Amino acid sequence: MKYVDEFRDPEAARRLLDDIAEQASKQPARKFMEVCGGHTHAIYRHGLEALLPSNIELIHGPGCPVCVIPMGRVDDAIAVASNDSVTMCCFGDMLRVPGKDSTLLEAKARGADVRVVYSPLDALALAERNPDRQVVFLAVGFETTAPSTAFTLVQARQRKVTNFSVFCNHVTIVPPLKAILDSPGFDLDGFLGPGHVSTVIGTRPYRFVAQQYKRPLVTAGFEPVDILLAVQMLLKQLAQGRCEVENQYRRVVSADGNKRALDLLQEAFVVRPHFEWRGLGFIAQSALAVAPEFSSWDAELRFEVPGVRVADPKACQCGEVLKGALRPWECKVFGTACTPETPIGTCMVSSEGACAAYYNYGRYTSRQRIPVHASQ
Amino acid sequence: MPRSDDFKAREAVLARVESWRRRAPKLTDETITMAHGAGGRASRSLIEAVIRPAFTNPALDGLEDAAVIQVDAGRMAFTTDAFVVTPRRFQGGSIGDLAVNGTVNDLAAVGAEPVALSVSLVLEEGFAVDELRAIVGDVSTAAAAADVNVVTGDTKVVERGAADGCYITTTGIGFVRPHTSLGASQVRPGDAVVLSGTVGDHGVAVMVARGDLALAADVASDTAPLHTLAKTLLEAVPETRWLRDPTRGGVASACNELAVDCGLGVELDEQALPVKGAVAGACELLGLDPLYIANEGKMLAVVPADATSRAVQAMQSCAAGAEACVIGSITDAHKGLVLVRTGFGGTRIVDMLVGDPLPRIC
Repeated sequence: MKYVDEFRDPEAARRLLDDIAEQASKQPARKFMEVCGGHTHAIYRHGLEALLPSNIELIHGPGCPVCVIPMGRVDDAIAVASNDSVTMCCFGDMLRVPGKDSTLLEAKARGADVRVVYSPLDALALAERNPDRQVVFLAVGFETTAPSTAFTLVQARQRKVTNFSVFCNHVTIVPPLKAILDSPGFDLDGFLGPGHVSTVIGTRPYRFVAQQYKRPLVTAGFEPVDILLAVQMLLKQLAQGRCEVENQYRRVVSADGNKRALDLLQEAFVVRPHFEWRGLGFIAQSALAVAPEFSSWDAELRFEVPGVRVADPKACQCGEVLKGALRPWECKVFGTACTPETPIGTCMVSSEGACAAYYNYGRYTSRQRIPVHASQ
Repeated sequence: MPRSDDFKAREAVLARVESWRRRAPKLTDETITMAHGAGGRASRSLIEAVIRPAFTNPALDGLEDAAVIQVDAGRMAFTTDAFVVTPRRFQGGSIGDLAVNGTVNDLAAVGAEPVALSVSLVLEEGFAVDELRAIVGDVSTAAAAADVNVVTGDTKVVERGAADGCYITTTGIGFVRPHTSLGASQVRPGDAVVLSGTVGDHGVAVMVARGDLALAADVASDTAPLHTLAKTLLEAVPETRWLRDPTRGGVASACNELAVDCGLGVELDEQALPVKGAVAGACELLGLDPLYIANEGKMLAVVPADATSRAVQAMQSCAAGAEACVIGSITDAHKGLVLVRTGFGGTRIVDMLVGDPLPRIC
């Protein structure tokens, strides 16, 4: 596979690991947070954690769009989906996310018309094919997926599709990053910056991490060699006493981002004054709502949603995991009451969630963690 | 008119009616109706016009309540499987091919030679007779390719909306070759895990055929009977420990079942795993792991380490096993777990499939 194989080259990875081991041997213990769930998934899928020197720890951040959806919003989605006239379209990951009493998958079994789509445009096409149905797209995701929802809204207006609407849960990456940097007990040494989000917003929005908080940040791609290269760049910055925003993912990320995508976001969405994040609480200006110009396509206005805030189950420690304060296996219910099959918390649902990635891929490797020494 | 002439004329008419009634029933309907499942004349005409001609053989042709088959003493294998795939036709096969090959392969995986199949159809009112003919034709062709007769069957019709077109259940019996002793309890540390070819072809072919992914990939389903491959392997390597055809849940789920059943660990080598470029690409785009994607014409075997090359060669000598290779080994290091060794020495757990990324794949 072109553009994939070269970034999974074992030889290149081996050379990088040797260099990382040498640099790490001259540095104290380092904790880096990979912000993005895609990174978490890749780290476990390729078994990278066990290959890194033992004094380098990767902490999994809040960048899994499914993991940060609060229970109340899931209940709202189920309430909309339970309308007889509604066909609810969502990404497959959302089906198992627990609300207060049930999931969309259970709602589907009870008779709700819930469909899995791979793109919001598929939902729009479904609406056009079924004019007697109210097709609702359950939009989740960071700036990565938000432009495709925005584009779909523009298309819906252009094509005058009136039986389509968006239940918008899009969130933005910078506010939670700031919340983590501000959280008490913050002790991270640097960040692997999001890859896909940065293709849209560019690297400039992260400059405050280096300038105000004095932590290096390297935006990284999603293949093993990308991630190792970013770790190497972080170590190099720390060794040289630098603290900058660097870009490892140059093949798709620019400093300014994707202007067309940003324009679309500007056109179709407005920033919400505040939005609840699972485990992180309310964060100001951290989410997007459908813009007033598109209010005819806003499911929150078209349907009655309970909008009830639901406290997370007491046993669930997703919030601590999302902030990097707890490792997945340190959660009290990890792997016992909370598993990918019957998740209590969102981190166990999506394959990008730290707990699911750790449960699915990492249970054994982490037990067997092998120190890599510079001499190897 | 004299009475005798009247009588003669009536006799002639009645004789003509009788001879019409004795004619082979013709099926003129274009769609299936509830009458075709009611057991009466319409049912009979459907069976006589569509089903029996496709499967004709001595055990079936009497259309008795049950087929009677002459058997020799020995061990018999017995299996059943339901097929609800959507769409019913995809590149490389159809629900008819799957219905035969799925059951034949289940027999092959316990070391049995398939002997006879039953085919049970559940049809939705309004189903096109032409499509039924095509599906029955596929079943017939696939059964011939698998050297097995369809000896009995049933057809039911349900109201429109109560089923999705056509469901097929096949049941198969087969004779287990003497001296075959397959099972997870035979598996030992150090044994090799051999796979008969590329993974994930069937699942991706069905997904592409659904057309809702806007994916265009030139991938054909691998649906094929594996009885010859299994026979060749077992003749070449009688000490083969374990066989499984990794359908739903893919190679990952089959290996997990093995790990739990034999109480040992399975270690797979990611780089050795044969995956077609188009399948790897589609999985990469959709965030799926080819290890979890269904196959319908692949055999997974565990053989003693010293029989590895014999096993691979035996599989490769069969059309269905041309790309056979070793994909891993059995270890006592991580009991009950399946691990994949990644390209650069890292490992990850391969767990049982949770949920269903691709419902109704077979």
